[in-house]
Amino acid sequence: MNGDALALEGVAVGHGGRAVLSGVGFSLAPGSFAGLIGPNGSGKTTLLRSILGLVKPLDGRVTIGGRGQVGYVPQSIALDRFMPVRARDVIALGLDGHRLGIPLPSRRRRAQVDEMIDAVGAAGFADRRVGDLSGGQQQRVMIAHALIRRPDVLLLDEPLASLDLRSTAEVVALLARLAREARVAVLMSAHDMNPLLPAMDRIVYVAEGRAVAGTVEEVVRGAVLSALYGAHIDVLRVHGRVLVVAAGGGPHDHDHDHAHGEDAMHVVRIP
Amino acid sequence: MSGAGWFALGPVGVALAVSFAAALVSAVVGVFTVLRGQAFAGHALGDISGAGGAAALLFGIRPLAGFVAMALGGAAAMALAGGRRIAERDLASGVVLGAGLGLAALFLYLDATMSGVGGAASTVMFGSMFAIPPGMVLPAALCAAAALAAMAALARPLLLVAIGPDLAASRGVPVKLVGFAHLAVLALAVGLAAMSVGAVLATALLIGPASAGLRAARTLPGAVALAAAIGIGASWGGIALAYESYGWGGRHGWPVSFFVVALVVGAYVAAGLAARMRR
Repeated sequence: MNGDALALEGVAVGHGGRAVLSGVGFSLAPGSFAGLIGPNGSGKTTLLRSILGLVKPLDGRVTIGGRGQVGYVPQSIALDRFMPVRARDVIALGLDGHRLGIPLPSRRRRAQVDEMIDAVGAAGFADRRVGDLSGGQQQRVMIAHALIRRPDVLLLDEPLASLDLRSTAEVVALLARLAREARVAVLMSAHDMNPLLPAMDRIVYVAEGRAVAGTVEEVVRGAVLSALYGAHIDVLRVHGRVLVVAAGGGPHDHDHDHAHGEDAMHVVRIP
Repeated sequence: MSGAGWFALGPVGVALAVSFAAALVSAVVGVFTVLRGQAFAGHALGDISGAGGAAALLFGIRPLAGFVAMALGGAAAMALAGGRRIAERDLASGVVLGAGLGLAALFLYLDATMSGVGGAASTVMFGSMFAIPPGMVLPAALCAAAALAAMAALARPLLLVAIGPDLAASRGVPVKLVGFAHLAVLALAVGLAAMSVGAVLATALLIGPASAGLRAARTLPGAVALAAAIGIGASWGGIALAYESYGWGGRHGWPVSFFVVALVVGAYVAAGLAARMRR
């Protein structure tokens, strides 16, 4: 453990006793920013849920450092038009939403909420209903919600999934800054690593039921990914983007990813 | 019982008091019911409570006890049969609703044939506010107080669960338990409303004011307050109009429940227009 914020050793996760992902081991120092990269259905969400303690890992050990607090931004949140909450209400729920009873207004509580509003740059829309906000604004609100209790680890499940290019870059930059400033270890899942490349100092790459972890330079290499996929993989760097290319009918069905458009593809199949 | 106590109230006073309690509780519980996507369960519990109301007439027990006990039984059945997903919960609600209505049909038949209670079906299903026994005021008030206290306790966890069940679970909220607790309070609310506007129309007090509040208000306390104001306003306005309708010719006045529901629908439309203008 030695001061790590998060450590996984030989973790296996799955449904109904069958592992979809096994042998996952990595550790994150406080203040690090890591991407959990892999195609849809590769077990990323289940892995995050097991770190949260929502599901028991089939095998292995998850250790949270510090005070053992984990913040979470799930992929699907019902912040629709009917939800009668302002951005600041959602952030306040991060502080004490699990408690029974109705809170009395307190200056300290308000100050904490205001501080988080400033930290994520939500001052301009803090008093608007969340359902009326853009996807990027909603992500800022949810990040503030998850961070207000000063967790040791912040987990985000596909936070970029429905964002446009500009919001994507903004959210990634915000998370990288918050990781450094709040000394929280950030682990976010994504099916495309490219938006994370400028910020990510660790990558956990998931495919074929296994994972490799390390720095981007260590992991995103032809030899390493070929071993992971069990097929010949080339890593191409084009215009500052990484393309992971599988030769000859790659090991994956990426139809899901194609549905999200070109940006979502991280493995290109060349027939 | 001397003086100005509950028991000294005339029929109109009783109607005002009981409908106040029913409308207030329905509005508060209704807001969370709509947020949780449980409107159908709420409607089903209202209908089911009708079986209890009919049975109460048959066995000579207090109608409120009949309505509430049956609704609680229905809620328990839904909790046992239901699942986590909305589709599964709707399925459970539908099955329990069918069973409950079957019982209602039986008890209403027996009311009519065995004990000769005239107009039982209409009273139970569509309410008869001016015929509520004065002795019901205190139990109704106690039921309402219990339901409101429970909702105040559950407000924040319920909101967190509505935003994201996983989010709530990751914070240590017992998502299932909180759901059951809400269902139980919902049963209490519709039982109360069933005695006021009838088992079938309980849904109007539960869903209408809450939806209007959710459309127009920006915060949860705002939505709850607006829903309560609409529910109480419609109930009292309905009573006033029904009282007035005795002078409209014809041998009887119009039913209170009709006016209450008409006012609720009007408020819902107005709230929608207000929300649209704000945007």
